[in-house]
Amino acid sequence: MRTRNSPLEWAEPERYELREVLPRVAEWDRRGFIQFTAAGLLIALFAEDATAQRGSASPALEARLLIGKDGRATILTGKVEEGQGARTQIGLAAAEELRLPVAKIDVVMADTDRTPDDGTTAGSRTTPSTIPAVRQASAAARELLIAAAAEKLGVDPGTIQVRDGFAQGASGRFSYADLAASQKFVQAMKQAPAAAAKLTEPAAWSVLARSQTRLNAADIVTGAHRFPSDITRPAMVYGSVLRPPSFAAALQTVDLEAARKVAGAMAVRDGEFAGCVAPNSFAARRGVQALAATATWNEKPHPSSRGLFEHLRRTAKGNPRGQSAGDPDQVLASAAVKWQAEYQVAYVQHAPMEPRAAVAEWSDGKLTVWTGTSNPFSVRSALAQAFGLAPAAVRVIVPDFGGGFGGKHTGEAAIEAARLARAVRRPVSLRWTRAEEFTWAYSRPAALIECAAALEGPKIAAWRMTNINSGTAALEAPYEIANRTTRFVEADSPLRQGSYRCLAGAANNFARESFIDELAARAGLDPLQFRLANLTDPRMRAVLEAASERFHWKDRWPQKRTGRGVGLACGTEKGSVVAACVEVELGPPGDPPKLIEICQAFECGPIMNPVGLRSQVEGGILMGLGAAIREEMAFEGGKVTTNAFSRYHVPRFADMPKIDLVLLDRKDLAPAGAGETPIMAVAPAMANAVFHASGRRWRSLPLKG
Amino acid sequence: MPVFQLVVNGMARSVEAEPERPLLDVLREEFGLTGTKYGCGEGQCRACTVLLAGKPAPSCVTTMRMVGARKVTTIEGLAGGGKLHPVQQAFLNEAAMQCGYCTPGMILSASVLLEREPNPSEAAIVKAMNQHLCRCAGYPRIVAAVQAAARLRAMAGLVEVRDANAE
Repeated sequence: MRTRNSPLEWAEPERYELREVLPRVAEWDRRGFIQFTAAGLLIALFAEDATAQRGSASPALEARLLIGKDGRATILTGKVEEGQGARTQIGLAAAEELRLPVAKIDVVMADTDRTPDDGTTAGSRTTPSTIPAVRQASAAARELLIAAAAEKLGVDPGTIQVRDGFAQGASGRFSYADLAASQKFVQAMKQAPAAAAKLTEPAAWSVLARSQTRLNAADIVTGAHRFPSDITRPAMVYGSVLRPPSFAAALQTVDLEAARKVAGAMAVRDGEFAGCVAPNSFAARRGVQALAATATWNEKPHPSSRGLFEHLRRTAKGNPRGQSAGDPDQVLASAAVKWQAEYQVAYVQHAPMEPRAAVAEWSDGKLTVWTGTSNPFSVRSALAQAFGLAPAAVRVIVPDFGGGFGGKHTGEAAIEAARLARAVRRPVSLRWTRAEEFTWAYSRPAALIECAAALEGPKIAAWRMTNINSGTAALEAPYEIANRTTRFVEADSPLRQGSYRCLAGAANNFARESFIDELAARAGLDPLQFRLANLTDPRMRAVLEAASERFHWKDRWPQKRTGRGVGLACGTEKGSVVAACVEVELGPPGDPPKLIEICQAFECGPIMNPVGLRSQVEGGILMGLGAAIREEMAFEGGKVTTNAFSRYHVPRFADMPKIDLVLLDRKDLAPAGAGETPIMAVAPAMANAVFHASGRRWRSLPLKG
Repeated sequence: MPVFQLVVNGMARSVEAEPERPLLDVLREEFGLTGTKYGCGEGQCRACTVLLAGKPAPSCVTTMRMVGARKVTTIEGLAGGGKLHPVQQAFLNEAAMQCGYCTPGMILSASVLLEREPNPSEAAIVKAMNQHLCRCAGYPRIVAAVQAAARLRAMAGLVEVRDANAE
């Protein structure tokens, strides 16, 4: 049962982490160890995965869904739960179509030996791709249960009603447990569904449209849930890896005997990879500190974040991607009213609360790894390649983990743990420290974005936008512009970079929506009216109108208040649309603005699990706020200097503004994901509010005067 | 290595440990109490919160030497008599979690806040909880959960009933 989400995931250029290329694969196979680059990062050949055989590909219904003797249903999915709510949404979808209480649904996720490969949990694809697969399988199973009941009663299936785990006919009633035991049902579950079953229309949803707390919430509040960092195995030891003192530093010498000073610690070295294992993590870390004290390194110069944007400009390469229509260059050259501006977006980190973690266990030549990754099947491939194993000899299990936001598409900790475990012949738990996570994980790409446009009255006559380094997500303007060109140009990134919630969409939308505001000012128009004059998409207009009405934009924008301003922005990505109106308060010079209030309208088709949607939208707003006001990776001398929460400031309770959400429910549209797009409006809306308050344009993220 | 005598969740425990070893590691690795989470190692995120003599403390920067005679309560010790603590119940009712990694620490701190201030205003909750990070930024729902927990406690007769919105 393959429901892979390709080619979207692989077509997006900012998923850099998936294209990191391995230099010497053959050497791995021959010598049985994995090669690390000078920077200490594993370079894994993930891109090959796009075409490689992945996962359990059985088309049988039972590969997706099982009905147990107790009448409970088990849904199998390769998707992961990292806080975005996939487990709950999948459970609700199954309950809806199976006509079974949610409490009788179990969702088994992301175990490469048990679950289908549903692709990476990324790109807001669970809702439009996996949910339909689960609904379809559940509806098919429902039809089989109905058929089994009809046969038992000798009646037409059309006369059978299913509800709450029972099939009811005029002359009898059966539980799903009874029906699932029938030979015919068992046989049918081993086949692919003969025909597409009828799905429940969104307007008729009774379960999916209701709010549901996370299915395993009880284990979360009691501390019983085992995150990847909490997994233990018999005879397990703890690992720690010797990290280079700076990017691109190569290990020259290290005295492994130094680790003997620490009771129980054992040092491991394999080429440039070195580390310790010990009976507890404190001893393992101290062992590595002892090694570090003796290690010599060949360090190399590395650019500083202070010259970042000049570095990106200087290293911008050919191979641009983009789209064009009309002749923007000609229109710009001859236009009477034109404008241009440049925007900068800093690197930011995902900084999930749970840093990368893995437990690796070798047994009879087979490797099992428990780890927090959004990409279980690709991590299995990476492990198989790294250790010269067949994919079937590797099992990756992903317990619900502590946050990802696009930052855990790779398997660094998994490979390191497996490497240590093989060396010491014991299961090893490896948990990255916060400083390791800040330094060696990948970041959201920095961006340098150039915009130029020509105006004819209230209309945008020509448009040119170039993104250097970050990517193509939401690069295309949602506005009606006859002459336009967009380009994305790769550059040399000083930091390892990759996917992030909304990819480059947040950066591109910051630049575009700031620039649209600049154009509105040039045109002498209310920014709302200017946008509406250039927008025809009815969904975009609907969210813009919904947010601005609720916010009383028409009354508030004309008012001038000292130190306070209002701004708005809209955007679209991954099939959903968003608009936000904000009020900000300016701080003392040098301080970021404070977000006082945000009214955000969002629409992603029919609403599923409203409380889950609300959490995603609120979380997206506040994560976007972090990048707008404070978050910024700084590096110097090959070291990340913002390598701790005391130096990299993510949003806290006190940053919470008044939040007013308008969630539009469009049951007539296809469902789209909601985890990403809500992040993209807050930063430009705030920049525009700063302009409204002060007349000054702040063209960088984080916002700076 | 010295031996430390601890009382954890009401149970006497004896453990051999380096004096500088974080309490967090001992709870997780020696006692299997993995509900207490590592988040930063510098007391900045409070995912590692435990109660020491009834007060919230970051166990990642609390060394074994520093614990002394203070009783330790972890998230595993909060529910009593097979019943969830009102704050746990409120987090469930309000769906106040996304990834859930910060949740145990949040719940422990909120339980202490409500002991001290049974009916806290939103501002008081923000002030008391501001040391806790939630990267999913589920802050609005967490505030709602703490307010709901205050109501649950009132209903259970744990505190005098007052108008929750009076402040």
